[in-house]
Amino acid sequence: MSWHVATVVGTRSVTPTARALTLAVPGFAAALPGQHVDLRLTAPDGYQATRAYSLSDTGQDERVDVVVDEVPDGEVSPYLTRVARPGDQLEVRGPLGGYFVWHEDDPAPVLLVAGGSGVVPFLAMLRARRAAGRRTPFRLVCSVRTPDDAIERAEVDSPDPGLDVHWVFTRAAPPGWPAPPRRLTTDDLVTPGFGPDDGTAVFVCGPTGFVEAATGLLTGLGHPPGRVRTERFGGA
Amino acid sequence: MAVVTRGFGGRRPEPEHQIPPGQFVVQDFPVLSAGPTPNVDESRWELTVRTETGEGTTWTWDQLMELPAEDVVTDIHCVTHWTKLGMTWRGVPVDALLADVETSADFVMARSYGGYTTNLPLQDLLDGQAWVAFEVEGEPLEPVHGGPARLLVPHLYFWKSAKWLRGLDLMTSEDLGFWEQNGYHAYGDPWLEQRYA
Amino acid sequence: MSSPGTTAHDVPVLDGSALAGVLSEVYAFEATRAVVRCASCGHADVLARTTVHLTAMGGVVRCATCTAVLLVVVERPDGVRVSTSGAAWVQAPG
Repeated sequence: MSWHVATVVGTRSVTPTARALTLAVPGFAAALPGQHVDLRLTAPDGYQATRAYSLSDTGQDERVDVVVDEVPDGEVSPYLTRVARPGDQLEVRGPLGGYFVWHEDDPAPVLLVAGGSGVVPFLAMLRARRAAGRRTPFRLVCSVRTPDDAIERAEVDSPDPGLDVHWVFTRAAPPGWPAPPRRLTTDDLVTPGFGPDDGTAVFVCGPTGFVEAATGLLTGLGHPPGRVRTERFGGA
Repeated sequence: MAVVTRGFGGRRPEPEHQIPPGQFVVQDFPVLSAGPTPNVDESRWELTVRTETGEGTTWTWDQLMELPAEDVVTDIHCVTHWTKLGMTWRGVPVDALLADVETSADFVMARSYGGYTTNLPLQDLLDGQAWVAFEVEGEPLEPVHGGPARLLVPHLYFWKSAKWLRGLDLMTSEDLGFWEQNGYHAYGDPWLEQRYA
Repeated sequence: MSSPGTTAHDVPVLDGSALAGVLSEVYAFEATRAVVRCASCGHADVLARTTVHLTAMGGVVRCATCTAVLLVVVERPDGVRVSTSGAAWVQAPG
């Protein structure tokens, strides 16, 4: 698969540390929700760096939407979140990844478990589901440090038939929140209709530590390992 | 060349002296690894020099600390194109570990806790060219950078400076270590840009 | 960053999805769903479920069960090279 030239056409802050970027990419097509792209940056002295980012939307060919969270001391994310502006060019390879994909004609209930910016591929799934007019039962469990760190929270919270969203705040909860800040527990993952016996397709995405902890809770609940798809990221 | 991304890369420091071809100067100290970081406590750390006949000499941490150590200021060059200038290391010269070793071998396999290996000519570990380093920039070497002790061979690409050092095996043939088996150069001289086999 | 007094960030442990892009230059099939059988312990699973240490030197793919090295992926100037000596076999997704 070859590299396509990509031009930044839009940037938008979504949290204090994360930015949504839209790229125009002639030749880029047929992305499925859950897939990612490699972005490659080349410095004037020839130095190159490549990083993978999940697509936040897969609705349009020749268009790449990602959300980049800045990693402290990272090499690429500080550029994408602070410097990149419309007109800038980089390169894209993709769409990539056939394993971590939701197919919209799959009737199985879907349990999505996100840690921080791990919600990004799930945004693509929610948007694809909405665009196709599907009512497939979806439950999104989203673990973030504080409400300010919740990417696209307003969109995620907007009513959508068959979509149920559950937030877990680990450092600071919104005023009046019924639960104190705490980490993800088994209770957050138990929901009628989204259990192992319902044939639930489970997706987990986030930093490696989060993914491993969440997967442990899910298999402890009886979800067959083959029905739990995970994607770990490191970021930089 | 690929399309250039405006504003990426920033201003890199200009080196005051010559650096090998194809290198870029960096300020930080990147971590590269082929596997998980081993956790080796000094209380159970051991370094064994084994000759081609199988005879071994082992140093514990305390024994290593009894050997004369040196401060070394050197540039290091990674095959992935970054160079870090003027790093201060402290370590025991490998000459001290090999002084009483009888061998007719010409090659060495450096072995790490965790299974990593890299091969070098014996000559490149002698005559003040290599150390078993346990401090960098005045601080104990952290596990992510190869602590408690790593090999330091700054005249070769830095993948030859095996982290988490546990052994030096003398060999009569030039067997290849991990990255060398996977296409990297058997010797790795940065000044000749010997990156790949 | 690793100035004295700070802790350096370790190489994060990723999974096979991280290699989807570079392996698209080697295999005609979609790599994350390819099945790899470990030559050491016999465990077989999709590449997406292996553990991956990825740095600029290369990507090291390990068996999730026994941690033996399955594949090593190195981007060379003359093309991407995949060493498969740790894999008993690699099977294209059906």
